[in-house]
Amino acid sequence: MTVSAPTRPRSAAAVPAGRPRRRLKPGRPIPFGAAIGPTLLLAVWAAGSAAGWIDPRTLSAPWTVVTTAGDLIADGRLQDNLAVSAQRAGLGLAIGTAVGTVLAVLAGLSRWGEAILDGPVQIKRAIPALALLPLLVLWFGIGEQMKVVTITLGVFVPVYIHTHHGLRTIDSRYVELGESLRLRRTAFIRRIVLPGALPGFLLGMRFAVVGAWLSLVVVEQINSTSGIGYMMELAREYGQTDVIIVGLVLYGLLGLLSDGAVRLAQRKALSWRRTLAD
Amino acid sequence: MATHAGGLTASRAVRVHNLARGFGDRVVLDGFDLEIAPGEFVALLGRSGSGKSTLLRALAGLDGDAAGSGLVDVPENSSVVFQDARLLPWQRVLDNVLLGLRGPDATERGRAALAEVGLAGRERAWPNELSGGEQQRVALARALVSEPELLLADEPFGALDALTRLRMHALLRVLHARHRPTVLLVTHDVDEAITLADRVLLLDSGRIAVDLAIDLPAPRSYRQPQFLAYRETLLRALGVDETEG
Repeated sequence: MTVSAPTRPRSAAAVPAGRPRRRLKPGRPIPFGAAIGPTLLLAVWAAGSAAGWIDPRTLSAPWTVVTTAGDLIADGRLQDNLAVSAQRAGLGLAIGTAVGTVLAVLAGLSRWGEAILDGPVQIKRAIPALALLPLLVLWFGIGEQMKVVTITLGVFVPVYIHTHHGLRTIDSRYVELGESLRLRRTAFIRRIVLPGALPGFLLGMRFAVVGAWLSLVVVEQINSTSGIGYMMELAREYGQTDVIIVGLVLYGLLGLLSDGAVRLAQRKALSWRRTLAD
Repeated sequence: MATHAGGLTASRAVRVHNLARGFGDRVVLDGFDLEIAPGEFVALLGRSGSGKSTLLRALAGLDGDAAGSGLVDVPENSSVVFQDARLLPWQRVLDNVLLGLRGPDATERGRAALAEVGLAGRERAWPNELSGGEQQRVALARALVSEPELLLADEPFGALDALTRLRMHALLRVLHARHRPTVLLVTHDVDEAITLADRVLLLDSGRIAVDLAIDLPAPRSYRQPQFLAYRETLLRALGVDETEG
């Protein structure tokens, strides 16, 4: 009896009472968890610069960057360029989001819409923004129009893809419910389709806001006379690593902040959901 | 003027004539006839695959994908209660009840309907926060808030535990007595059918095998000898022999 015991599969009674069951969820959220990774990165950078492992011509020290940022703010260059950039990104983001959402709803609710719209969007998705730029410059010139169009093109694709997916994966039982309640088309879209596609839309927005800043880099470093990208391009010509870093940090911060804003919106708007992360 | 079932205006009857429904090669209903009187509570019993859900979906007009023919004459104003409560998780309880409801007093009616099913005060809750029984009560409120002349219920209590189910039976009896809609309740529970219905239909291979009028004084209970007699008749027709157990 005692001999056969170890070969038997462990029964539930063999587990000591009070030992917690294995948790399959990731566990409690870590306070300020999102800040830990970036802080570590910053620490490595600072330590490297202080110890002299990093050549300031390759990568300026964090404090140099901070001082340079202070100088740029003092003479107003940073604010001016940031305002121009923000306006471009915001405008492109707004138009792109609207276009992506409308196209997704059209393609999601009608077979004809999907047949006509989905193919071209997928083709656009496969073409990098940089590759389209020569054509856009020919069409729209090198002014603001070209820049906003480029950003719009970069933004509408993720919004479309994720909203369309969210829409298509709405449980058909809810559609049946709408039919049984004889919902009008507008009410159906407003009460079932759009809220049902909202998780997908917001995920698309997270890609879109970051994508807007990415497209901005592309357009501002080509034939531009203002904006953060222009400021960095100018710095490259004069070999000012610190200004380039200021621009990079700015892009990173902007991307992080806008992503955070969307995530906040996500938490507010999707408070009805219970998911793995909660 | 709104038609209030249970008021002066009588509900319209359900009339089905020569109904045929099939999916692919499989014929589910063929030459099917059914009449339900206004305000009558009919329970539809049957084994899985007997065609009871197909009939209910035909009456609800939710079978666009099925091939078929025949006459289905049902009141324009009908509601469906599904087996799952089917509440929109992204809408609060009251908004779920108000779905599809129009009119200036819609909110008031929604609150009243929730109070009627015993959920006053839970208007702002998310469906996720409710128990299964509470969710199904919200679904009942949503079905009844439009004062339907016909209530179609597809095994509405099938997913609930036994105790909750008994409470829901009592609630449905009260609501039916108050609003007097015509009811077609699809169920596989013989006791539920006898407890609730004025008439029990037993569907077998797409035909009505038994049409049994239930004549029992309220409150109905297992202790009534006639209850047991109905039960035996229906179980035998379903091919269940209780002496085996």
